[in-house]
Amino acid sequence: MVISPATRARIDAEIAKYPKPRGALLPALHLVHADHGHVSPETARELAEIFAIAPVDVLEVVSFYNMFFDRPQPRHHAYVCTNLPCSLRGARALLRRLEEHLGVHAGEPTPDGRLVLGHEECLGACGYAPMMRVDGDYHEDLDFERARRILDALE
Amino acid sequence: MLKVPYTTGYLSEHFADDEYATLAGYERRGGYRALKQVLAEVAPADVIELVKASGLQGRGGAGFSTGLKWSFMPKDGGKPKYLVCNADESEPGSFKDRILMERGPHQLLEGILIAAWATGAEKTFVYVRGEYREPADRVERAVAELYEKGYLGPKVMKKAFRHDVVVQRGAGAYICGEETGLLESLEGKKGQPRKKPPFPAQHGAFGMPTTVNNVETFCHVPHIVLRGAEWFRGIGTEKSPGSTIFGVSGQVQRPGLFELPLGTRLDEIVFEHAGGPLPGRKVKGVIPGGMSMPILPAHQLDVPMANEFLRERKTMLGTGGIMVMDDTTCMVRASCVISWFFRDESCGQCTQCREGTGWMHKIIERIERGAGQPDDLAILLDVAAKMEGQTICAFSDAAAWPVQGMLRHFREDFERHVALGHCPFGECFEL
Repeated sequence: MVISPATRARIDAEIAKYPKPRGALLPALHLVHADHGHVSPETARELAEIFAIAPVDVLEVVSFYNMFFDRPQPRHHAYVCTNLPCSLRGARALLRRLEEHLGVHAGEPTPDGRLVLGHEECLGACGYAPMMRVDGDYHEDLDFERARRILDALE
Repeated sequence: MLKVPYTTGYLSEHFADDEYATLAGYERRGGYRALKQVLAEVAPADVIELVKASGLQGRGGAGFSTGLKWSFMPKDGGKPKYLVCNADESEPGSFKDRILMERGPHQLLEGILIAAWATGAEKTFVYVRGEYREPADRVERAVAELYEKGYLGPKVMKKAFRHDVVVQRGAGAYICGEETGLLESLEGKKGQPRKKPPFPAQHGAFGMPTTVNNVETFCHVPHIVLRGAEWFRGIGTEKSPGSTIFGVSGQVQRPGLFELPLGTRLDEIVFEHAGGPLPGRKVKGVIPGGMSMPILPAHQLDVPMANEFLRERKTMLGTGGIMVMDDTTCMVRASCVISWFFRDESCGQCTQCREGTGWMHKIIERIERGAGQPDDLAILLDVAAKMEGQTICAFSDAAAWPVQGMLRHFREDFERHVALGHCPFGECFEL
């Protein structure tokens, strides 16, 4: 079993909140990601059993949403928002300098598996641009030096 | 930096105050008085009449009458009824709902409970975009406080009225802000919008009658209950009453949030409240209502920010997300970023949208690169026209409008690229 008894109990608690069990699929996927960082084929099978659906039903949901992954992930995710409001305030130049600093292209993980730097669509921080989302935390009103320090501090 | 609006009004006057996000702090500032009043003395049908009379329009983009929407809910008690709070704020340029949840979660929940009483809904799903961790946490904490105090659960405030609130987190998909895409996502599926009819009021979340309202829309409700429809109609314009929280982003001195009456002039917001352009620059164009809305050129900013006036200039209030571009900005490049977003976020159900967003981006990108053909502009407009009004949801229209707006007002930028064979804007942001 990939899904631990503790996580299974939390999934059951989510299911109880919905008129139909499947309503708890997104919450369950968030719980699985908190534990494992992605949904493996084995996890998809276990979730399918819990929700009485086919594994492909789980995987098509995983592939539809940007925050779900079907394969192992680097230890950290850093996304620079490059939508128009952020681009107008230097987000793309910031992303390019961070790519140079790390020696990778956006979307490619660092060779040591520490970090993937990417770009993301609007994150609702338009008045505080440029910004990036690192492991779920917002960092706003950034300049290159601050952004570099944030990424360098990730282990 | 504390993220509160630079100019405040009835929605945001306490947002600088950390205590306001707690139940005790909210109640000390008069919170839940409106709910208590409604539960004690106002029949559900009268609450709906009050909200209708106030003229409150949904603040999520479409601007539909909130009271009218509530009245579409069936009156009989046959099936369970639900409310959905659309907190999937994903429209580029919009960041107000985030602050409404972070700084005033109880104001939102009081609005939800009043709406629940009015419509007879037994449960509310608050669907928060997955990236909004802090706002979702704040709302969840506030919900827990309400259960502890008996303001949620089997007997709301000891009345024979049950209500539960479930906070669900999205997982990164713009289309889930479309109300039926949201309902699909809420049910644990891909967020692909549904055909209408049936409308959510008949067949919504989990097949039950459902009303979907935006975060800000709910937040106005307690104030309307306490101060009345007349008071509300005294703010804003005759056809668009109340205030709203505008978000200003892009190339201005003071980007941020501003609570102001609807009908405040766009040039006043850009030049006075947001401080005008950066030193040595001039404003070139402004998107008035989130990225889906057509842009206005600098000489058309003398317009009150309300749909009845914006429509005359072929644009709309949308979500009130104001995006300012100055004279260093290449409108082809800006269009390229816009069209990429819609291409990336199209859910792929409808051909016109799936193919059209890709075509538009490809053509604009080609023009920006300097490889544009003389008839590309005509092709772009043709594609855009064929994307409008043809699809299951309004996403396809929302992808076509900004491109049409750019070509209406900044055609010269496109023509220069084609004629020169390169982008003439050296100082523009890199692509």
